[in-house]
Amino acid sequence: MIGIEHYLTVAAALFVIGIFGLFLNRKNIIILLMSIELILLSVNINFVAFSSFLNDLVGQVFTLFVLTVAAAEAAIGLAILVCFFRNRGTIDVEDVNVMKG
Amino acid sequence: MISSDIQIVLPEIILALFAMGALLGAVYTGKDKTASFLTWLTAGVFLVLGAWIGLNGQGTQEAFGGMFIDDSFSRFAKVVILFSAAAVLIVSIDYMAKRDLLRFEYPILVALATVGMMVMVSAGDLMALYMGLELQSLALYVVASLRRDSAKSTEAGLKYFVLGALSSGLLLYGASLTYGFAGTTLFSGILTAVGHDVSIGLLFGMVFMMSGFAFKVSAAPFHMWTPDVYEGSPTPVTAFFATAPKVAAMGLFARVVYDAFGGVVGDWQQIVMMLSILSMFVGAIAAIGQTNIKRLMAYSSIAHMGFALMGLAAGTAMGVEAMLVYMSIYVTMNIGTFAFILSMEKDGKPVTEIKALSMYSKKEPLKALALLVLMFSLAGVPPMLGFMGKLAVFRAALEADLVWLAVAAGIASVIGAFYYLRVVYYMYFGEDSDALDGTMSPVAWGMLVASAVIMLVGIVNLFGIVPMAAEAAQALVN
Repeated sequence: MIGIEHYLTVAAALFVIGIFGLFLNRKNIIILLMSIELILLSVNINFVAFSSFLNDLVGQVFTLFVLTVAAAEAAIGLAILVCFFRNRGTIDVEDVNVMKG
Repeated sequence: MISSDIQIVLPEIILALFAMGALLGAVYTGKDKTASFLTWLTAGVFLVLGAWIGLNGQGTQEAFGGMFIDDSFSRFAKVVILFSAAAVLIVSIDYMAKRDLLRFEYPILVALATVGMMVMVSAGDLMALYMGLELQSLALYVVASLRRDSAKSTEAGLKYFVLGALSSGLLLYGASLTYGFAGTTLFSGILTAVGHDVSIGLLFGMVFMMSGFAFKVSAAPFHMWTPDVYEGSPTPVTAFFATAPKVAAMGLFARVVYDAFGGVVGDWQQIVMMLSILSMFVGAIAAIGQTNIKRLMAYSSIAHMGFALMGLAAGTAMGVEAMLVYMSIYVTMNIGTFAFILSMEKDGKPVTEIKALSMYSKKEPLKALALLVLMFSLAGVPPMLGFMGKLAVFRAALEADLVWLAVAAGIASVIGAFYYLRVVYYMYFGEDSDALDGTMSPVAWGMLVASAVIMLVGIVNLFGIVPMAAEAAQALVN
């Protein structure tokens, strides 16, 4: 029997993979965008699982909002990335270093 | 029912409709030729809405079944947000026009970000919180990279986007756990579910959400984006980042810890204390080596967020009051300082090196004096208003028996005084140079002088904001 804890484990695993993808990735900014997407989708799994577990629709409504915002966020991220590529001619994470902070 | 709800969110609706109307209008008419007019118009709309919210609001009202709360806390924060956003828009016009940056998207994006901020401080539900936060953040990512042809500006936008999206992800994960363990997304429902003894699931949710907020207020250890984004963004945008979004994020932070987790003050207090003390010291120590004034202001804002969080860490109504007073003073100081930074130029090119201020007092004694007052105020030297803000948060911390926190804050503010005084040192005792030759627009000059005068005159009664902040804090904490 698959219970809520299984869903939560999958979501937590995806979330952690997303976070590691952001911090350990040394190659490509597109992979950063994919990691961000992974984080948001793991949250969606959490919401839907809780929503079905609690018999409460609010979680699924929240998921729809998150999906919409994630789409807008990806659009803006890609737009900024295109501008960055035009200026620098590269999208390597290691080249994001005009300023050191 | 629905009409009374709309009545309550009317200021937000008006501003959102204004932003969309302005976008359509500007696209179909002169595009960037309308930018100057549109910026003034947006600032005017901000001022009118701010005055309307400040004068008209009464009591506490809830809209959409508690999702949106209009109380004196949210009104106080909204007035500060709207007025500071208007001031930043007005000072930035001249700088942007000179550098061919004045695009019509700028005031529209600022207006959309401001709608997001207004929703943030009024949020009564995790969904409203998230939507407000994202509306603000998405607009800010774009304005950070407003100078599309500059590697620095796009890099600032990219860094801000990646780290901002990460913080939204953390916050959202926390929100999902909170929803799952509390069974509702309404803050009032979460408050009852939490009770006085928080369960482990809700504790995780709370910690994740608080780390998301710490990112947005740029509190250490989640501050690493701040210096780069401040340095890389166009200076007017930096001025905007340092003012209104900080107030909104701080307001949201206070809103969530009191409205949703007000029953377990002891649990979140420890986290806020740690954030506060780390921010104060990171801000004070890391700023010492900076040579770029925008990076200096970034570290300065990290340190100031530490002091404001100290008020929140007190966990009392007095602490929230001190935090609100501190934030209003901080915003006023920052607007004046950035009005000055915007005018720093040599041969028409912006200069951000601190050394360029050498012997500035000889050339422009009045402006140098105004900046001296602002720097003393930022450092918290007694006769200026900045000291009153610090005094308020220190008192709140002491009354809550957080003596060691107040002592640490005292040490941090002494360390921090060094770099503010160094700016003053360069202006009055540096080597002779003529690194700066820019003229200041009358509006920016007015903002600089007004802000400096406020810092001196305000100590009489702080323009009566203390009782207003007290009322706002009462509305939140009870």
